[in-house]
Amino acid sequence: MPEKNISGTEERVTFTLAGALAGARRCVPIAISGCGIGLVFGTLAGQAGLGAGEAALMSALVFSGAAQFVVLGLWAAPMPVATIVLATLVVGLRHLLMGAALGRVFSKLSRLKAYGSVFFMADENWALTMGEFAKGRRDAAFLVGGGLLMFLAWTGSTFAGSAFGGVVEDPSRWGSTLLSQLCFWLSSRGCGRGDPTSFPGRWRPR
Amino acid sequence: MAIDPGALFTIVLMALATYATRAGGLWLASRFDLSERAGAWLDQIPGAILVSPVAPTILMGGPVEVLAALAVVIVSLRTGSRPAAMVTGVGTVLALRAMEANLL
Repeated sequence: MPEKNISGTEERVTFTLAGALAGARRCVPIAISGCGIGLVFGTLAGQAGLGAGEAALMSALVFSGAAQFVVLGLWAAPMPVATIVLATLVVGLRHLLMGAALGRVFSKLSRLKAYGSVFFMADENWALTMGEFAKGRRDAAFLVGGGLLMFLAWTGSTFAGSAFGGVVEDPSRWGSTLLSQLCFWLSSRGCGRGDPTSFPGRWRPR
Repeated sequence: MAIDPGALFTIVLMALATYATRAGGLWLASRFDLSERAGAWLDQIPGAILVSPVAPTILMGGPVEVLAALAVVIVSLRTGSRPAAMVTGVGTVLALRAMEANLL
């Protein structure tokens, strides 16, 4: 059933290279701050007993900073596998709502594209993508472009932090945690300069 | 660089659990035809989710983070400029940390 927008016309959903590049460009600051967090994760993973290969593999396959940091606290020998997987699942539950929110647009893509794309759905690129959709720019590859850049930054910096751990003592002292959160928050705002309705919380397409 | 089989097993299960949550939302949305009301509800999710990871960072960080966040909100609302807001936020954190370090 084609979705109608406010003016009653059908909205097309595209999946283009240009969309992916636009998504990647918007995620550059997020990916840079993500490198800082990845270095910390890699370092802490080393201290928790994960090898560099294991830490990088976890970042590549799980690709969820929130879940991975939680799991580091549980990582021990003998491995509490069930607890770790359950914790991962609980931390990931927000993805259900995020995926459902994308669903209204992504349902117009092929299954391969839709279900392949959501692997790269992280909080930040998802929020930016929702902002794009709200502005009527419906290119689903925007999510993948941003996500792929974040994926490379996250996995690469995890490996670097794990292999050369201890270089960064505590980046949050330099405000990097706050910075990355702010990048995320501010860049996810709707458009409209000085328009209070563009603040997060009001996302109705105009 | 050796990968322990037990670690690999755990990591793969973690990956499956996380991907299930990522794909699950899409699947649910495709399964059910959303009413106007449910659609309106979904439209409100981004705001709620955006605030949820930011709020703990700010509130658990202490007075420095709270003041920096306030400065960011003010600059952001006044100027609408994201770079200006970010520079203000990080600048406020650095300045207040330096003051803190000198006072203690």
